[in-house]
Amino acid sequence: MAVLVIADHDGSAVRDTTNKTVTAALALSSDVDVLVVGENAQAAADAAAKIAGVRKVLLAESAGLGKALAEAVEATVLPLAAGYDAILAPATTDGKNYAPRIAAKLDVAPISDIVEVVSPDTFVRPIYAGNALETIQSSDAKKVITVRPTAFDAAANDGSASVETVAGADAPKTAFVSEEMVKSDRPELGAAKIVVSGGRALGSAEEFHAVMDPLADKLGAAVGASRAAVDAGYAPNDYQVGQTGKVVAPQLYIAIGISGAIQHLAGMKDSKTIVAINKDPDAPIFQVADYGLVADYKTAVPELMAALG
Amino acid sequence: MKVLVPVKRVIDYNVKARVKADQSGVDLANVKMSMNPFDEIAVEEAVRLKEGKEHHAAGTADEIVVVSIGVTQAQETIRTALAMGADRGVLIQSDTDLEPLAVAKLLKAVVDEEKPDLVLMGKQSIDGDNNAVGQMLAALLDWPQATFAGKLEIADGKATVTREVDGGLQTVAAQLPAVVTVDLRLNTPRYASLPNIMKAKKKEIAVKAVADYGVDTADRLKVLKVTEPPKRSAGVKVESAAQLVETLKSAGVL
Repeated sequence: MAVLVIADHDGSAVRDTTNKTVTAALALSSDVDVLVVGENAQAAADAAAKIAGVRKVLLAESAGLGKALAEAVEATVLPLAAGYDAILAPATTDGKNYAPRIAAKLDVAPISDIVEVVSPDTFVRPIYAGNALETIQSSDAKKVITVRPTAFDAAANDGSASVETVAGADAPKTAFVSEEMVKSDRPELGAAKIVVSGGRALGSAEEFHAVMDPLADKLGAAVGASRAAVDAGYAPNDYQVGQTGKVVAPQLYIAIGISGAIQHLAGMKDSKTIVAINKDPDAPIFQVADYGLVADYKTAVPELMAALG
Repeated sequence: MKVLVPVKRVIDYNVKARVKADQSGVDLANVKMSMNPFDEIAVEEAVRLKEGKEHHAAGTADEIVVVSIGVTQAQETIRTALAMGADRGVLIQSDTDLEPLAVAKLLKAVVDEEKPDLVLMGKQSIDGDNNAVGQMLAALLDWPQATFAGKLEIADGKATVTREVDGGLQTVAAQLPAVVTVDLRLNTPRYASLPNIMKAKKKEIAVKAVADYGVDTADRLKVLKVTEPPKRSAGVKVESAAQLVETLKSAGVL
């Protein structure tokens, strides 16, 4: 049995979501190949070749693949599918976009967002916003799976696989128009060791950044936000931690002015240590926090900054 | 332009799902059910396309057909969409919960019959959390897809969609017909007014059976068990930010 992992990368390097998906793939089979789809992505393919346990790396390039258009990824993967028993992708917005499309073309049931590999045909995945876990067994001969990266350790980068080129398809009916990516020197939200998240209590976009940014910089943390803060326009959409946003599991998660709605908890409750700062002693966030401080963020955050030195 | 909006009846988003003691699933007996919140956003956008609200030109959509696959009570979900402004409904009755692949195949059969120019639907249902049907439907139809829409514009035979993706926003233009799946920030759905609720009672809902469509809807996945996630318990309260930092340092977290 061989497994194909579709890499998540930025053109020059692979993201650690790829290493984590390789770890999940290795639980299915020892024959794991990585497919890098992109445009001018040779450097990313070379980086993928260093992931421990990878047999070989396939590089497919086209303009549409450069923008990870689902139609292009699907058409690139389909001709390769015959050689694999399972196709895995990280459950990023890209992976979620193209994986079900590939599954439908192969007439198999996609298995979304797995957090555990029980056996090569049995997986655990969260349902109902993480309020339940289902263990499912697939009867499909070929499996298409997305992997929740935070649930797996990253494979090391001490391998040396070969890289070969395969044909890259395009997306004739879909055109890339533009993108607006948030630029930041901070670690990525999904991969950060420390995440500081702000809620609606912060009151405005100016206040959100004035409070959260210096704290994040001091801790070397990524900044997250609750859905309420994002909906109110205090923080950009890709800051959102929760059921419908990003799922994070850092070493330390600091929630500031976040009440702890079910949908937010679904996105952060697997963090190693949770700290909550909220002036409402009855806020549900305290029920999952390892350390709680009942205080107004306006006084608590400056004090926290001072105590951190 | 004709718009098809698939909607699903799911556990209300305010209700916490409880796992059954025998681990066979989630207990839905006597639980409040509602339209999947993402589907509500899709219905709202379709109605705005018809009304010419926001940036949409009036009459961008001229007919909105709502389809649901589920139990008899899913008619109520369709009725809600009709009260919001959709024109007619189709219920494909099924007493068993179908997997995304089967749902996508049934929806393809409905698309073949209805021939819409646009399928507008929620990005995921809040019960199965698969986030798969829209993409699969697009694949089965060989249509382009634009998922996680935060903004939609229809012009010149194209759907220009700003997608909410990791790291920011991506805008793509998909040739119609296309499947667009919607994200939370596309719009805020309206509450249906009483007169519109009354009017919706007179709108047509065609009731069909899964067998009418002649597609393979067999399960591919077997649910072995459904369990509760490991619980986190409340920890300790600290008195000050200084004590917090001290505690985190001594616990080795900082």
